[in-house]
Amino acid sequence: MTALAQDIRLVAASLVHPNGHRALRDVSLALAAGERVAVIGPSGAGKTTLVRVLATSLRPTGGSVAVAGIDPWQLGAAALRRLRATIGVVHQSPPIPPRLRVVTAVLAGRLGTWPTWRSLASLLAPRDAAAARAALERLDLGERVFDRCDRLSGGQLQRVGIARVLCQRANVILADEPVSALDPALADLSVAALVAESESRGATLLASLHAVDLALKWFPRLVGMKDGEIVFDRPTAAVTSAMLHELYATEGRVLPQQGVDVVDASVRPANVVVLKRPGCQ
Amino acid sequence: MSAAAATLPSPATPLRDPAARGRIGALAVAVVVLWPLLSLAEFKPWRLLDAGSVQVMANFLAGFLPPSTAPDFLALLAKATLETLAIATAGIALAFVVAVPLAVVATRSLAVSRIGPGPGRAAGAAVRTAARGVMTLLRAIPEIVWALVFVRALGLGPGAGVLALAVTYGGMLGKVYTEILESGDTRSARALLEAGSPRIAALFYALVPSTAQELASYTVYRWECAVRASVVMGFVGAGGLGQLMDQSMKMLNGGEASTILLTFLALVLVADALSAVIRRVLA
Repeated sequence: MTALAQDIRLVAASLVHPNGHRALRDVSLALAAGERVAVIGPSGAGKTTLVRVLATSLRPTGGSVAVAGIDPWQLGAAALRRLRATIGVVHQSPPIPPRLRVVTAVLAGRLGTWPTWRSLASLLAPRDAAAARAALERLDLGERVFDRCDRLSGGQLQRVGIARVLCQRANVILADEPVSALDPALADLSVAALVAESESRGATLLASLHAVDLALKWFPRLVGMKDGEIVFDRPTAAVTSAMLHELYATEGRVLPQQGVDVVDASVRPANVVVLKRPGCQ
Repeated sequence: MSAAAATLPSPATPLRDPAARGRIGALAVAVVVLWPLLSLAEFKPWRLLDAGSVQVMANFLAGFLPPSTAPDFLALLAKATLETLAIATAGIALAFVVAVPLAVVATRSLAVSRIGPGPGRAAGAAVRTAARGVMTLLRAIPEIVWALVFVRALGLGPGAGVLALAVTYGGMLGKVYTEILESGDTRSARALLEAGSPRIAALFYALVPSTAQELASYTVYRWECAVRASVVMGFVGAGGLGQLMDQSMKMLNGGEASTILLTFLALVLVADALSAVIRRVLA
């Protein structure tokens, strides 16, 4: 099954939470079908809100959002549900009940496309356990397919969340801090799996990342966010060290990064000084 | 105290819990509200300890001893026990059938239209309110009243008890199922709905796995309540242990009554064990 690639567009989108907090201010962002973009920025910059608006989970209070040229909030309930089934979201803390088995948690990625009877039958005998294991194997977790989720570590559970989206075969993959609980090597492997999924199926990929080095290594385009606004949006090669330090207001101190030698010198622009810290963050 | 405070170098204003005033206020309101309620209900526990009261209660209870073990009574008891179990089980099964659709409709954490909010939000809210209204109506009328109604339609016997339980307990189960499904971690269901999952699938992949123990233990507890409720309904002719109890009490046969009560104790213990086993299996 090949993906039907989808572009996404935000035009002057704002989001004010019910408590009055402005999480997004006039954000305009266009992702071409199949494009790969990393969003970086300090905590509270609005990265999660951006992902949720793109995922049609939050309705912008100002401006507009369009997925494949369609405003999702103008759709009827059934059409909106079909659209949502094509958007896969990796949540920072995986929303998976502890009592669920890994195979079920991963196959839950298919619920949007399965008829209800098939979803229920799959609870008795997994419908496509091979696909679930294949997705897990790409994240080095294949042997845990029949374990219960409460027997996994935080990092393993986060990879189950990624495997669910791989299993979903989404046209748009939105990843909100998808590797925040992983050690550097596994973080690199997991981001690589998401990128490979996007490459092989032409899926659009947007990932918010805490680790600047991973963003620099894997994504051709970088969006910097701060205080709900886009500070810069340019090809990775054109992102300077000064821009990164200003984004994080680090004034020459270390930038947040995964912390091992994942930064390939050929990818990293020469003017970016990536400082290394011992161990992982 | 002020002298001690004055010697403290800093800070100028002491750290004050902003929630403290509200909590103390709530406690005061609770006492002010509860006290008149207790006197209205003529709650005077010390009267239990009057010499006269103790004597009267002791005489009453003495009539229950020893428990009756007459073989023909025990045969009747066995039949009535089975009948009570059948009433309670059939009643709960029917109540379950009534409760589940209502709970699924009423549960906010399964409402797709609340995401965003999206299309059909007003209609969804109206349907949820209607479902809650139906559940309120079903459980607001006590099962004994329903039993009196159904006994007139179906005649004396267990059938009326089953229907009465199905109606009242359907409302109760539905309400509590809704509340159990809405408490706990609802993010998992929300994430599935946001990925286009139908609500029934989200129910079984997210909410049921995280609340299975609570749902099962409440259902078993309601079954236990149904066993007890069937006694009261037995007094109005709905069959089972209640009817037997009614007869024994009318004939002032305390021994038989106490054997029936011991049977109840056993049934409650069985319900407890069943609940423990189910919770262990679902853990």
